Formats: sequence, C-alpha cells, structure tokens
Amino acid sequence: MRYLDGFRDPQAAAALAERAGALAARLERPVQLMEVCGSHTMAIARYALRGMLPANVRLISGPGCPVCVTDAGYVDAAIDLAERGVRIATFGDLLRVPGSRRSLADVRAEGAVVRVVYAPDQALEWARQEPEHPWVFLAVGFETTTAPLAALASGLVRSGPANMSLLTAFKRVPPALDALVADPALAIDGFLCPAHVSAILGADAYRPYAEVHGRPCVVAGFEPLDILLGVCGLLEQLVAGEARVDNQYERVVRPEGNLVAKRLIDACFEPVDAPWRGLGTLPASGYGLRAELAHLDAEKVHDRPVTAGRDHPACRCGDVLKGVLEPQGCKLFGRACLPDHPLGPCMVSSEGSCAAAWKYARVDP
Amino acid sequence: MCLAVPMTLIERGVDDAGVVELEGVRRAVRLELVPEAVVGDYVIVHAGYAIERLNRDEADARLQLFDRLVAAAEHDLGVPVRLANLPPERA
Amino acid sequence: MSRILLEHGGGGRLARELIEAEILPRFAGLVGLPDAASLRADGRELRFAADSFVVQPLEFPGGNIGHLAVHGTVNDLAVAGGRPRWLSLAMIVEEGLPLATLRRVLDAVRDAAEDCGVAVVTGDTKVVPRGQCDGLYLSTAGVAEALSELILGANRVQEGDAVLVSGPLGDHGMAVLCAREGFDFGTAPRSDTGPVHRLVASIASLGSSIRFLRDPTRGGLAGVLDELARDVSLAFELEEAALPYAPATRSVAELLGLELLHVACEGRVMAVCAPDVADAVLARWRSLPEGAQAARVGVARPGPARLILRTALGGRRLIDPPRGELLPRIC
Repeated sequence: MRYLDGFRDPQAAAALAERAGALAARLERPVQLMEVCGSHTMAIARYALRGMLPANVRLISGPGCPVCVTDAGYVDAAIDLAERGVRIATFGDLLRVPGSRRSLADVRAEGAVVRVVYAPDQALEWARQEPEHPWVFLAVGFETTTAPLAALASGLVRSGPANMSLLTAFKRVPPALDALVADPALAIDGFLCPAHVSAILGADAYRPYAEVHGRPCVVAGFEPLDILLGVCGLLEQLVAGEARVDNQYERVVRPEGNLVAKRLIDACFEPVDAPWRGLGTLPASGYGLRAELAHLDAEKVHDRPVTAGRDHPACRCGDVLKGVLEPQGCKLFGRACLPDHPLGPCMVSSEGSCAAAWKYARVDP
Repeated sequence: MCLAVPMTLIERGVDDAGVVELEGVRRAVRLELVPEAVVGDYVIVHAGYAIERLNRDEADARLQLFDRLVAAAEHDLGVPVRLANLPPERA
Repeated sequence: MSRILLEHGGGGRLARELIEAEILPRFAGLVGLPDAASLRADGRELRFAADSFVVQPLEFPGGNIGHLAVHGTVNDLAVAGGRPRWLSLAMIVEEGLPLATLRRVLDAVRDAAEDCGVAVVTGDTKVVPRGQCDGLYLSTAGVAEALSELILGANRVQEGDAVLVSGPLGDHGMAVLCAREGFDFGTAPRSDTGPVHRLVASIASLGSSIRFLRDPTRGGLAGVLDELARDVSLAFELEEAALPYAPATRSVAELLGLELLHVACEGRVMAVCAPDVADAVLARWRSLPEGAQAARVGVARPGPARLILRTALGGRRLIDPPRGELLPRIC
C-alpha cells in the first residue's frame, strides 16, 4: 500500500516532529491551529499526533464532521419517516447521532427498517429490489459527499428507481469558516484545511481566510505525515509573519478543484441556510435540491419538512469549536454530556474535541 | 466526512462504472466525477465514487521529500532519527 | 432501555451489561462467567462449553457456518485449558433452505470434527417456517478433558506479563462483512475459522507461566483485553507495529474505516504469560501451521483498567472498547 504506508513512516514522523519543535521554539508563544476536516480529526486521534507536537502548539478540532453537526431536527425527521414505514438507507456514522429524544439505532431496534450502506449505490439496489416500499437515503456530508450524491441524483432523474428520494442535510465548509473568522474572539492562528473537501472545492477556496483574515492556511493530505508536514507549514508561515494558502496535497487537490464535480453539484443543488449543531443556523451553509428536482426531495415526497432542533441551552460547542473554551470549561462536559449520551457535536464525534478530551485524559491518568 | 483511500483503477466501462483495487481487494466504483481517469490511474475513492485522481509524480515527489527530511534531520542531529527523540509526551 | 438492541449481542459493553444485569443474577453456577465450566466427575476434571452460531451469509471465503460451529466450541474448551473430546450439534433450519447447502454445512461439521479429533455424539434438528432464522442457526456444546498442567485465570495476570496472539487479526469478521457487502474478489479476506486446541496443548507444559487464554471472537482482541483489564484492574498496552494483519483484511478495513482490533477472529488464541516464557510460546506456536504468524503484541501495565495503543509513529492513544456493531464509517 505504497501511497498509504509511505505517508506513515515513523522516522519521517519523528523528523517532522523535530522540525515542528524547532519552529515552535522560535514562536515563543502558544498557538492554536484548527483542523477542520473529519479525516484529519480521525488521523490525529488514530496516530496520537497531538502528543508529538510541541507544547506550545495546540490543535483544535473544528466543525469538521458533517454528521456530528447534523441538527437533531434532521434526525427527528428521519426517525419520523422510519416510523411511518419508509425504509431508510444511511451511512453508518448517522446511526447513533441523537435526535431530540432518540437515535436511528433506537427506532431500528423497534422494528423500523434502517439499513447502513458504505456506498449510496447500495441503497439504489435495495429500492429496486423492493419497489413496493418507499425508500429514503439520508444524504449528509460535506462537499466530498455532495458531489457523489449529485451524481446519484442525476442518475435517479434519468433512470429512477421512482421509489427512492433523498433527505438532504449537506453542509458547506467555507460558510462555517466564515462564521468562525467573523467572531473577534476567535483564537485560531491558522487553519489546517480539509483534504478531500478541497479535492472538490479547490485550494483557492481558502484564499479569503489568508488574504482577508490573515490566517495561514495549509491544505494537507489525510495521512499522518501529511498532517505533521501541514503543521510545520503553518508554523513556518507564523514564524515568517505570512498568511497564504499553501497547498501541500497537490497530489490530489488543484487550485480550482474538481470542475466536473462542482458543475454536477450546481446542476442538482443550490445553497440553502442550514442549522449546524452547536453553531446555529448559518446562511447559505448547506445544499438543498433544486426546485426542478423536487420529486427527489423526501421532505416534499413524504410531506415531512425538516425543522431545526434546539441545541441544549447550556451547550458550549460553539465556543469549543472556536478555540475559546476548553472542553473542561463547559458545565455539561463529563456530566450531562458524555460519549455515550452526547449533546453537542464535539462529543457526538468520537474524536471531537470533547470526546477526545474525555478519552485521552485517561491514557496516563 | 472525508474517509477516502487511494485505489488503482483496473476497469472502466462505457457507463461511468468501473472497478478499483487495493492490495488485491476489488470494488465497484462510480466514475462520473473523474471523466479523465484511465485504467492504471490511482483514484481517491469516497463513498463508492472516485472523487479525484492521484497524481503519481506529485505523490512520489512527496515521498522523496519525506526521505530527504529524515536524512536532513539525521544530519542535523548527528545521529539516526529515532522515536526517542520525540518531544516529551503530554498528558 | 426496554428492548434488546443488536449491540447487546455484540460482545461489547452493552453485551456485558446485559449479562451482568439479567443473566448472572439468575444462575449461581455462572460465577465469573467463564467461557467454559469446570466440572469434576469421578475424580476427572472436565470442561464444558456451549456456543451458538448465527452468521450471514452462511458460506464465506474460508468456510461456512458448519466450520464455525465446531471451531467455536472446540476453541472455548481449549482456552479453558481443555482437550476437546465430544460435541453436540443442534440445528434450527429454515423451511426452504436448499438441501445442497445443508449438505455442505454438515460436511464441514464432519470434516472439522475429524480434524479436531472430536466426536459429534448427540444433537437435534428443528425446522421453522420460511422467514425465520435466516436460513440456518446452529448450536454446539462440548466436553473436554482438562489439561492438568495449565492453571488459568484472569486473577493470575500480573504487571509485566506479555500478550501474544497466534496469528493475523480480524480475518473472519472482514471475510463475512465482505461477503455481505458484495465486494468483488481478487484476493478476498478469508475467514481464519480453525481450531486452537493444538496451539493450547503445545504450551501446556509451560504450566503456571501461562496465566490466561482466550479466543478473540466477537469484539475482537480489544473486546477480550477490555474485559480482562477490568477484571484485574490492569492496563494493556499494545504495539501497533507488532500486530499481525493479512493484507486483504487490512485494505478492506482501511476502505471502510474499521478498527481491526474490534473485528472477530475464529481461529486465533490470545495468551497472557510470564514474560520469560514468551519466546518459548512463540517458538512452539510458530512450529504449527495455524501459528505461523504468531506474534508478541503487548504487555500488562499498572491500572487503572484501559487499553492503550502505542502507534507505529510512537504516540500513545486509548483503544475504545468495542461497542458491539461494526459500522462502516464515512467520516
């Protein structure tokens, strides 16, 4: 697995950690870097990269997991459909995300048909094999997933099956970053930009955060060496007092992104306001089906509009995401909000800031 | 939401259907998003769709960079790079 | 919660809770919930174990449910320090199951039993209406003679003890998952279904230096070590670079975002032993075909109870205990 293992070499990791240490020493102040993408969050956790970084460099997990920021109201709508006998196909990640009271796993236990797919095409097969049942696919994700689902939607338009529709909750990354940088209290010194969202969007999408908001940006691949190199790249910019977009994942990401994918997304979807668990409703931060594709929209087909849920009033995920509050500073952390019954995205994500803080405090107690 | 793995494209059909392979494991893949990908290319696969091609020259260059980094670090340190040289672990 | 969830059967935390809340309180004889019971009759020490087998699909690369049914109970007996001798076989068959399938399964039971040196001596067959029991459910129970040199128990595990596994991890779970997901095959993950009693017998003469044995089935190696850690209030630290994996298994796990430490094996044994006999265990295991890739993978450390992984890059992180259901991840 050359293009995986080569990016996990321990010696190179050690060398990069050394380099990060040398750069951080020149900064002489603590810095906070935000990693935005779920695959980065996972890799950082999987390879225990935080422990390899210099003491004055802190990695904050941003709103990088679209499932985790999926609003409770969306899950409630899916549960409602399931209870009405609509058959639900979903990615595994969504199965345990809490709605207002329950999760999809709970309704499955009560007899609803909720099936997990790795690839959405599997759902098409089921719908074709079971034409007497209505099927809904829970279409959630960032741009990385929106593009494949645009292709799927186009296929649905062309050749059905007619008994399948999409309940969409796509999220767009740049509006979330816009919301973060708009807050003057934002304590983020640089952004480690997503790997595969960027494959679709293109590295140029991050130029405003560097050129207008003065934050160094590095587009980093998803492997541990990529991430360590990305951190070094951010530290280099900070040491030099620069702020630009440094694309280190050029083996996959182009400045303009994947134009075919973007055109497909535009053909099927349009920007809509969307609720983000922990951040509130952000303008134009989601994608919804265009009017001409209304017959694919599960909200219309089944007359069940998705309404925004309410965040727990004491939830501080927004501040944790912005780097101004540590998990331990939230009153709910470790009490009402735990990995087994999470309230906000930082705990819903198995590697979100709060879930990670909960677990990793216990590696060496 | 970005789990994606580089795999080799081993078949491309006329209807944007394809087959990719990693370490001998094959999987069906959709190719609408990478019309220019040809058999033999590495593609990044997410949710059963190829979302981009992996530019192998760039990938190889990156791997060589890591090799050079190790060599440079060993030169600077005067000793081979070992995991023991990592900064002290934080709790 | 008022209903059983799929996760209750998964070998993880919820399964444990169900056992502790509903099963242990009702059956005094189940103290400590061993995989096998120790019985004494006429001065002979015996081991007695039972297991049931529910797998979709019934047939997968590397074997079928018949193989599992023999190996599962043989292995439960083996890791309890037994030499398996006799098995029962109970079948619940769905109306409409092709006879050809049943024949292949029964052939597998016969072949596996012969290979293991056990005799199937009693059994039962039920047929249920179409739509129930997913084709076929099997249940086996077995009796073994105790290997007298072995004194096994969780409470014998000490700080500094070595953790060893007899071969690559996660093959069975991935093989079954792939067969279900319809992955096409160049080199598919192959189930490792197989007996471990010869591996156990080969180290019996090391006596009390062998502290604890278990076969990492549902819940994987992490499931077994998580339970052990809590039983003895110790931590276990595993070396990622030392964990053995088959290439096809590993690549499918990468694709799906699955943790192989949570994935079932059906032909492997984990041993915890005194550190000074670890090399001897490895040598004896590696001399058997089923132990060719045996490896020393970890060590017992002071508590509190947790599982730590030292990554190939040198960092350390916790290994989550398995929750009970393997969900392909996209995030």
